[in-house]
Amino acid sequence: MDLGNFLVMRQELGLLAVFVVLLLFDIFAGETPAMKWFRPLAVGLFALHTAAGFLPVPEGSAFGGMYATSRLTVLMKNVLNLGTLAVFLQAGEWLRGRETAIREGEYYVIALATLLGMYLMISAGNFMLLYIGIETASLPTACLAAYNKYREKSAEAGAKYIMMSTLSSGIMMFGLSYLYGAMGTMYFADMQPLVSADFMTVLGFVFFFAGLAFKISLVPFHMWAPDVYEGAPTATTAYLSVVSKAAGCFVLLLTLHHVFGNIGRIWYGILWVLTVATIVVGNLFAIRQRNIKRFFAYSSISQAGYIMLGVLHGTPEGLSAVVYYLLVYLFANMAAFGVIASVENHGGRTDIGAYDGLYRSNPRLAVVMMLAVFSLAGIPPLGGFFSKFFIFAAAAAKGDYVLVFIALVNTVVSLYYYLRIVRAMFINAPAEGAGERFRTDAYNSVSLVLCTAGVLVAGIASGLYGYIAGIGF
Amino acid sequence: MGYTVYIILVPMLMFLFIGLGSKWLRPRAAGLCGTLGMAVAAVLSYLAAYRYFFGVGLQGGVYRALTVWSAQWLRFGERLHIDMGVLLDPISVMMLVVITTVSLMVHIYSFGYMKGERGFQRYYAFLSLFSFSMLGLVVATDIFQMYIFWELVGASSYLLIGFYYTKPAAIAASKKAFIVTRFADLGFLIGILILSYYTGTFDFGLLTADHASLAVTSMAGGSFLGLSAATWAMTLLFMGAAGKSAMFPLHIWLPDAMEGPTPVSALIHAATMVVAGVYLVARMFPLYLFAAPRVLTLITYVGTFTALFAAVIAIAQTDIKRVLAFSTISQIAYMMVALGVSGMGGHAGEGYTASMFHLFTHAFFKALLFLGAGAVIHAVHSNEMEAMGGLRRYLPVTHAAFLVACLSIAGVPPFSGFFSKDEILSAAFGHDKFVFAVLLLVAGLTAFYMFRLYFRIFWGTDRTYETKPHEAPVSMLVPLVFLALLSCVTGWLPFSRLVSSDGVPYALGIDWRIAAGGVLVSLTGIAVATRFYMRERGVAARVAAKWAGFWRAAYHRFYIDEAWRFVTEKIIFRYVSTPVAWFDRHAIDGDLDALGTGTQRLSRAVRGAQSGRVQTYAAVFVWAVLVIMICVLIF
Repeated sequence: MDLGNFLVMRQELGLLAVFVVLLLFDIFAGETPAMKWFRPLAVGLFALHTAAGFLPVPEGSAFGGMYATSRLTVLMKNVLNLGTLAVFLQAGEWLRGRETAIREGEYYVIALATLLGMYLMISAGNFMLLYIGIETASLPTACLAAYNKYREKSAEAGAKYIMMSTLSSGIMMFGLSYLYGAMGTMYFADMQPLVSADFMTVLGFVFFFAGLAFKISLVPFHMWAPDVYEGAPTATTAYLSVVSKAAGCFVLLLTLHHVFGNIGRIWYGILWVLTVATIVVGNLFAIRQRNIKRFFAYSSISQAGYIMLGVLHGTPEGLSAVVYYLLVYLFANMAAFGVIASVENHGGRTDIGAYDGLYRSNPRLAVVMMLAVFSLAGIPPLGGFFSKFFIFAAAAAKGDYVLVFIALVNTVVSLYYYLRIVRAMFINAPAEGAGERFRTDAYNSVSLVLCTAGVLVAGIASGLYGYIAGIGF
Repeated sequence: MGYTVYIILVPMLMFLFIGLGSKWLRPRAAGLCGTLGMAVAAVLSYLAAYRYFFGVGLQGGVYRALTVWSAQWLRFGERLHIDMGVLLDPISVMMLVVITTVSLMVHIYSFGYMKGERGFQRYYAFLSLFSFSMLGLVVATDIFQMYIFWELVGASSYLLIGFYYTKPAAIAASKKAFIVTRFADLGFLIGILILSYYTGTFDFGLLTADHASLAVTSMAGGSFLGLSAATWAMTLLFMGAAGKSAMFPLHIWLPDAMEGPTPVSALIHAATMVVAGVYLVARMFPLYLFAAPRVLTLITYVGTFTALFAAVIAIAQTDIKRVLAFSTISQIAYMMVALGVSGMGGHAGEGYTASMFHLFTHAFFKALLFLGAGAVIHAVHSNEMEAMGGLRRYLPVTHAAFLVACLSIAGVPPFSGFFSKDEILSAAFGHDKFVFAVLLLVAGLTAFYMFRLYFRIFWGTDRTYETKPHEAPVSMLVPLVFLALLSCVTGWLPFSRLVSSDGVPYALGIDWRIAAGGVLVSLTGIAVATRFYMRERGVAARVAAKWAGFWRAAYHRFYIDEAWRFVTEKIIFRYVSTPVAWFDRHAIDGDLDALGTGTQRLSRAVRGAQSGRVQTYAAVFVWAVLVIMICVLIF
């Protein structure tokens, strides 16, 4: 075996190293006073790994095309790293709580395992590896969802996630078997010219697509999301809504254009309908929610719909816009979840009523939350405005005005429910007994500052979009 | 010359610093920070002006436009992109000097004037924000950057006019200013879009280079309603300029804007922001001249009318700040006219030079007038002339400074206004005798109403003052004296050697025939004012009574505000807004309500689906796959 193959897998190896160090540390230092170093170590090592991701990596493929890396995949992994780093920063305070302290280390380790799966999904050059990646990413995620195991809701979330995830994996595997049957190969590069609109391929494609749509939570494959998002620990919800979703989007982007380009007409039709359904359903359900995590579940469903707007046409502008959109979405959503985590850790409430009068008790948190939801709603000059603008522009450039119009109308609707939170924070009077000032823990504050900076700067600093657009597909 | 970018950055940083730190910064510290930041900007501006005019600017006998710093911000295409940068050319460098000087004086002055006000820190933060925006506007390298800062200027002006946000009049005034200028800016934006659509660029360098050949050729084809695309674009740009520079009929916001603190009026509504429109026309001047000469004619006549109109109104006002506000409108119109009658190159471009010269001198003496008025208001706690009289004995320094400013604006040699006004008159004389005659009349009226103001404040009999009026504190007197000195000397600058329409320095002497005429008219105005107002003998009242109708109309500003109110409330509100509101309430709200109730019903209906039962989810999942499958196979 040629060990040189491993050189192109630098990011995976780096991640694996962090994983192993933390695992060993957790095993040997568990339940000793040294555990207090675990969190700085985990965050520090992962931050290093994230930073190292921005160093140039050689492009190339390994293991006979099973694995491939390019500047684009590196960028995608960097985006996932940023999201995971924010999750790590935000999870600590909750993990130190009474119920979970004893298993503190495992959370980071499991999360890293899922991240490795996502890396493999993105870098896969073969459907088998892609599938293994998806499984690696999904199964441990159920653990993360069920992490508050003494709480019924969390356990329920874990159970639901694993059942739905198993179902979707099964359906996806089923589809892959058809694809293999039709073409006799699992390698992307070999399949690409063979793909045609014959019955078996289309059948295989639809099943495969459904499996990915589950990950991205496109309507009607979204039904698990609200329940799981609500029941899972907030850090896991953040992880699901940002990192896991982004990984799904990236894979969809890559496979649609690298493998199924020939049947573009078919998936364009499917995706068009699902996009509209996703945006509309996500928005309409978000209006009614009283629980903030459920609310963000629907909000992130509709955001996934906007992302599909860029995927639809497969133009380079659209694809850059998707990556950019996900990056900005990551900043905004992580900022919002950081605030949610902080509020939940001090008072234990996750209903929107807990945000009444937040501006008076914790003005800085309220401002961060406001910026985050404004960015999600697409208000200039925040990053979210520009990301929506580029996505819409990409779709409009192809003449898809109907879709852009629907999306625009929904943007207006979304403003209504995003403003509900802002109103609660700034206008409503705090509820009885609530409204105390509390301190957000230092790690979480760092994540909030970073994400807020991202929201503010991503739009103005046009170089960022230029950088993404320059990478090419 | 890259350091010029700090002229813009320092006020911005000061704004952020004071704005974010306003909770824990003491008022004095906030004021000092703002003032020091402005002082740094001023020093850098002087340095830049010196280096530009006597060094790098002059290349081969021509003052070149230098882009000393630039960054691409938004890119739409090869040529079409929005840059953020610093452009130095004679007019932008001159504006840098004007803005930083006046702003610094206002910063210092405000120490005394705003002392003890609530929100002192906020005030200084806004001043810094305004200075930043205005500086960014004048150094813009492309028209879109200018537009961005143009809006920022509008927003900070709104904040400053409404500084006393507990006063209903101030709130109304700030809204009025914002809405009127915003309405005008709509024209500006459409103008920019037309211009960039045809020429494919925002860049000033490309737009105005080589006698605007790009615009002329690229816009040759388009026409709409019988006017060429260039004419439309330039007219709409002028609409934006007219809004900011308070040209008739968009002038209505400026008098009301006097509700803001007086130093703000000095900075924004006398010296800097209101001349942004003139600056815009000057910046685009080659385009106006070569692509749309008819618009230039329009500018000339709008300016001429506004100059006369505002001067007549100023005569009848009794609020001293309103007099100054109308005088500002009139003087800015003077500058507009000068641009309108100008040609290109050498003596043909006399109007251009004259306009910029008047902008330059006017900024100082008008700021001085406002600051002087502030000192008077500070002493008697009223804006009304009725409450003033005989103040020269109590406020000797203010009196002297105010007199200098009055002589300057009246155009009496050797004060600065004489020189610039003479150039404008001479340019107008060479272009259009009618315009010249009107401007000459306006010069006389200006002298008259300024000295009416002067005599009614400082002469006449004492009023019964509650407390004895006292001279302003040193922090307020220093700017007065400094600006008075500037008003004496700035006229002697060889301005045509620095600023000219095509960048080539030339010699421009005083045309003594016109100067003599102008001075004569001014002295007549002063003489009449002296006769009427120096002693309160009731002459003025008798004249006013004879012309009562006219006097009342002028006092009510010829009912232009009422006309606008009629148009907006009676016509637009009733015949446009009401049906639209009805449509909004019933059709749109109704639809949205239907959407809302529909959603509620729908979500209640599908609640079964989102039941929390994972079996249902799985069933939906599988059915969805099958339905998609079938749809794909059918279509």
